[in-house]
Amino acid sequence: MSLIVAENISKDYQAGEISIKALKGVSFEIEPSSFVSFVGPSGSGKTTLLNLIGCLDKPTHGQLTVADTDVSTLDQKQSASFRGNHIGFIFQDFNLIPVLTVYENIEYPLILVQNIPAQKRKKSVMSTLEAVGMGEQRDKYPDQISGGQKQRVAVARALVTNPNVVIADEPTANLDRKTARMVIELMKKMRDESGTTFIFSTHDPRVVAEAEIIYTLEDGELTGKEAKGGTGDV
Amino acid sequence: MFSVLRIAARNLRRYKRRTILTASLIVTGVVFVSVFVAVSGSFKNMMIGQITDSFLGHVQIHRKGYVASIDSLPLTMNLKSQAVKKIDEAIKEIPEIEVYSARIKFGGMFSNFVETTNIRVNGVHPEKEIKTAPLLLSRIKEGEKIIRKGEILVPELLAKGMKVKVGDMVVVIATNKDGSINGKQFRVGGILESATGPGGRDGYIHIEDATEILRMDNVEISEIAIRVRDFSQLYAVHNRLHDMLSKERNKQGKPIFEVHTWEKLSPFYNVARMIDVMTFFVKLMLVAIVLISIMNVMIMAVYERVREIGTIAAIGTLPGKILSMFVIEGFCLGFIGAAIGSLLGGAIIFVINISKITFNFGRQKGLTLSTSVNPNDLLLISAIVIIVSVLASLQPAFKASRMDPVQALRHV
Repeated sequence: MSLIVAENISKDYQAGEISIKALKGVSFEIEPSSFVSFVGPSGSGKTTLLNLIGCLDKPTHGQLTVADTDVSTLDQKQSASFRGNHIGFIFQDFNLIPVLTVYENIEYPLILVQNIPAQKRKKSVMSTLEAVGMGEQRDKYPDQISGGQKQRVAVARALVTNPNVVIADEPTANLDRKTARMVIELMKKMRDESGTTFIFSTHDPRVVAEAEIIYTLEDGELTGKEAKGGTGDV
Repeated sequence: MFSVLRIAARNLRRYKRRTILTASLIVTGVVFVSVFVAVSGSFKNMMIGQITDSFLGHVQIHRKGYVASIDSLPLTMNLKSQAVKKIDEAIKEIPEIEVYSARIKFGGMFSNFVETTNIRVNGVHPEKEIKTAPLLLSRIKEGEKIIRKGEILVPELLAKGMKVKVGDMVVVIATNKDGSINGKQFRVGGILESATGPGGRDGYIHIEDATEILRMDNVEISEIAIRVRDFSQLYAVHNRLHDMLSKERNKQGKPIFEVHTWEKLSPFYNVARMIDVMTFFVKLMLVAIVLISIMNVMIMAVYERVREIGTIAAIGTLPGKILSMFVIEGFCLGFIGAAIGSLLGGAIIFVINISKITFNFGRQKGLTLSTSVNPNDLLLISAIVIIVSVLASLQPAFKASRMDPVQALRHV
C-alpha cells in the first residue's frame, strides 16, 4: 500500500490580483522506504509540492493522502500534530535552534512535540546521535560546528521521532561537494536502517543521481518519472 | 515546562544587551515604586499617627447629629449618663479597644482681665486622655506636662495673642445649655502647641472644672474618643461598635449614637487619600513602563526569530506551545526585573532608615522618616510587574503561534 497518494493536486497562489498556478493537477504515489527526488528548474513547483506532502500547506484542489490520512482536511493544530508524529524535515539552511546544543536540538521534538519520557528520550537521542556520527559534538552549539555537521544534526532531528517520511528541501545546497555526498549517504543509510521514506528536492544533478525514484517537475506539472537503483557520482 | 523555561532563559541570554536594558528599566521602575510606596506610606502613617495621637483618637462616638453641628459645640447634644453607660458596656465587650476618653467640649470666652477672645475648651479626665491621645503631653511646650484641676492648657497662638504665660491667671466664661453664664478662674498650667499648624484654639482643662463652669449636676459628655490596640483593627472595631450601638434607638425609633473613625473627623484624611491616589498613579506608570518595554522586546524577538518559529512549527510544535514559549520569555524578563528591583528597593529603604532622614509636619519638627515597606506591597508590585509582563507578551506570542510555517520558513 502506498505511503503517499496524490490525486490531481493543484496549488494556486494569489499575488495581488494575479493568480499563480504553482502546481497543475499533479498525481503520483510513493511507496514506503523509498528514496525519492523531485527535480526541476527553479519555480517548477518542487518546494510547493514538498510543503504539501509535509502538511505545511494545503492543496487548492485534489486529494493528498499521507500515511492513510487525508491531509487536506486537517486544521492548523491537527496539521502540527500530524507533522510531529509522521514527518521529519531537513532544511537547506539546517534551521537548528541556535540556543540549544546539538543534543538538545535532537531532543527538542521528543520533548516539545511528542512528550516522550526522559529515559526513553535519552536513549533515542543518544542512538540517533551515534548513528549520524555526532556523539562527540553533543554539547556544542550550532555556531560551533561546521555546515556538514549541522546538516547531520538536522538529519538526526528529523529521524529521532521515527517519522514515516522525511522531507528535505535542497538538503545539500549549502554544502560543499564532499560534505553533500556524505549527507546523502547518511540519509540513505538511515533509510536502510529505519525504513523511513526520504523525499527531497534538488536541481543538483550529482544529488539526483543518488535518488532511486526521480520525478521531474516543469512549470507546475509532473513531466517524468524515472525509477533506478544506480549510484551516480556526487 | 522546564524545557520551555530553559529555551526562554537562553533566548534572553542570547540578546544580552537588550535583556539587560529592558530588565534595568523594569528594575528602575520597581525600585522607584517600592521606595515611593515605602516613603509615602511612612509619611502617611506618621501623619495619621500625629493627628490621632495628638488629639483625635482613632474612633469617636457622639450623639447622633453632633458631628454635623460640631462647629458650634452644642451642649444640647451631649450624651447623658445613661447613654454613656451603654457606650461603656459596648466598649467593654470589644477587647481590641485599648482605652477611651470621655470629653466635654464647649465654646467659651477667654479673658486675661484686659482682653477677651473665644476659645474651644476640652474638659478631660487627664489619665484617660493621655492614654487615648499619647502625644498630647508632648505638645505642651511650656509648663509641666500634666493637666491639673484649676489649671488650663492654653493654645500657643492664643497665649501669644493674649500675652499670657505659664502661671498667669485667666478667666474662662461659658454659657451652659440652659443659657446661664458662668465663669471660672484658671491658672495657666501650660502652653500647648497645635498639632496641625497655626490657628488651633483648643484648650484643655480637667473634666471636673468643665462640669463646674457648665453647672452640670449630672455629667454630660460631648464625645468619647477611643484608641484601638492595633491600628489595622480600626475598621473592625468601628464596624463592631457601630453594629452594637446602632441597636440603641430613641423613642422615635431613630439611632441615638453615631460612630466615626478619624477619617470622617479630620480634613487630613483627604491628604492621606491624595497620597493613595499618587501611589496608584505611580504604580500605573510602572505598569506602562513594563508594558511598553516588554511588548517592544517581545515584538522584536518574534520579528527576529521568524525562521526559527517556522522551523519549530514545521517540526510539529503546537501553536499553544509556541505561544507559551514567548509568554514564558516575557514572564522570565518580568520576574528577573521584579526580583532584582524588590531586592534593590529593600536595600534603598534600609539605607533611608539608617540615614535617619528628618522632616517637619505641621508644628512638629525633626520627625524621623521611618520608612518600611509591607512585604505584601512588595509582593503586589512584583505581581503587577509579572502579570503585566505576561500580558505584554501575549500579543507577540499569539502572532508567533499563528504564523504560517511556509511563510515563516521563507522569511529572510
